[in-house]
Amino acid sequence: MNKAALILALVAAPALAEPDARALERLVRQDCGSCHGLTLKGGLGPDIRAQALTHYEAEGLKAVILDGVPGTPMPPWRPLLTEAEAAWIADYLLNGESE
Amino acid sequence: MSLTRRLFGGAAPTALRATSLGYLGPEETWSWLLFGKNTQVRKLLTAAAVVICGAMATGAQAQATGDLGLVVERATGSLLVVDQSERASLGRIEGLGDLSHASLVYSPDERFAYVFGRDGGLTKVDILERRVVKRVMQAGNSIGGAISDDGRYVAVSNYDPGGVRVFDAGTLEMVADIPTGSKTIGLVDIPGTRFVFSLWDAGETWIADLSDVPPQITKITGMGKNPYDALVTGDGRTYIVGLFGEDHLTALDLWQESPAPRTILPGYAEGREGLPVYKMPHLEGWALAGTDFVLPAMGQHEVLWVDARTLDETGRTPTHGQPVFAMSRPDGRQVWVNFAHPLNDTIQVIDTLTKQIIHEFKPGPGVLHMEFTPRGREVWVSVRDVGRVMVYDTETFEKLSEIAAESPSGIFFTARAHKTGL
Repeated sequence: MNKAALILALVAAPALAEPDARALERLVRQDCGSCHGLTLKGGLGPDIRAQALTHYEAEGLKAVILDGVPGTPMPPWRPLLTEAEAAWIADYLLNGESE
Repeated sequence: MSLTRRLFGGAAPTALRATSLGYLGPEETWSWLLFGKNTQVRKLLTAAAVVICGAMATGAQAQATGDLGLVVERATGSLLVVDQSERASLGRIEGLGDLSHASLVYSPDERFAYVFGRDGGLTKVDILERRVVKRVMQAGNSIGGAISDDGRYVAVSNYDPGGVRVFDAGTLEMVADIPTGSKTIGLVDIPGTRFVFSLWDAGETWIADLSDVPPQITKITGMGKNPYDALVTGDGRTYIVGLFGEDHLTALDLWQESPAPRTILPGYAEGREGLPVYKMPHLEGWALAGTDFVLPAMGQHEVLWVDARTLDETGRTPTHGQPVFAMSRPDGRQVWVNFAHPLNDTIQVIDTLTKQIIHEFKPGPGVLHMEFTPRGREVWVSVRDVGRVMVYDTETFEKLSEIAAESPSGIFFTARAHKTGL
């Protein structure tokens, strides 16, 4: 498949509507979970449960999700997520629904 | 083997298949052994055994484990027991905790599996009785393990606390604690009751010799920045680490008295933009394809080939996405590749001779793992998001079967018990 088309398909649809909470929760568990663990308590990447993120504001966390952390394995998710989706994930992580 | 076990095949009451009467062997050897030439007693006993075995054919029955396997169900903390020949699931073992990114190894008799959970749990399961034999929480956060060549020790690689812990395979009592002060990855077994592993933070590889306790540790520095995974070849000779922090891989020749790091594939991504890595590739002992090793690139959409003897580059194959597994079929004739999110619905098959892609297909969203049957006739594929393990013929690529599983990830056939480094 054409990669640009795939990214467009992933990004364009949610951009027009509210973020798809179920799809995003799945993404957090399964794909963020590759490094942070399915329970988000850490792996190669750090613990990202709410109690481990108290030093983050929602905006800052959203920026980390979208742009990654250079020099570490945390990749920029901007190619795959909209601003609204990243904001939803930051809120999801900070407000402890990730428990 | 005790008489009872011989009679009933040593199998669990829950196992499925009947032991044929032929299993008792010619002339009912056991009764002859016990009662020698006392023909009367022998005949009586033989008759009794036949009656008992007839009755047991519907109850306690034996099953060999050579064509069985386990599928990790990552979200539910369970294992599916599968039968390769029947292409079917036989049952489920539950209660194994967090199995995201779990892997397992087998005891030499292929009856027990040691499962390494992300949550630090080490669980010994009995495939025949389909139950947890013992479970210990040995660390806070783990990443894989290995079993020693003599089957005596099981080693687990830990992120937190960083290091390796070694356990008695029978009792799961800890026999050695090897703190490394670093997240520890790429743990494999090599001959001589030894384990090899690497340190993410320190860029070192350590060899632990368990032939004596406390173990002898050999440390090799300068492996490169942030090794994320490693493999050892089936002969236990070549240990290759993948590096997150450098544009090459590093190899060790473990047959040398003092193995020294050797840079391989230097600058393979030079001059090209590194793509975001949404899933770290895996390095596994399936790398040898013909006369080359095949390796996943980091941050690039390609697999890399090196000559297995000289370790010089022999080619590259552009792929659909960033490879996660690049696995040689057991005969080495093909290489099957799956990919990182968001392209993880696809598999490509590469011909080893031409290094060209000969087949591409989409089993479904979330292709996490592939496992060949021991001689490579079939491949079993975990498709997480459709909750299925798909079975394909590796020559015709025809789908042969589908098996329902809860968020399946790793698939492990018992034949791994007899392979170094798996």
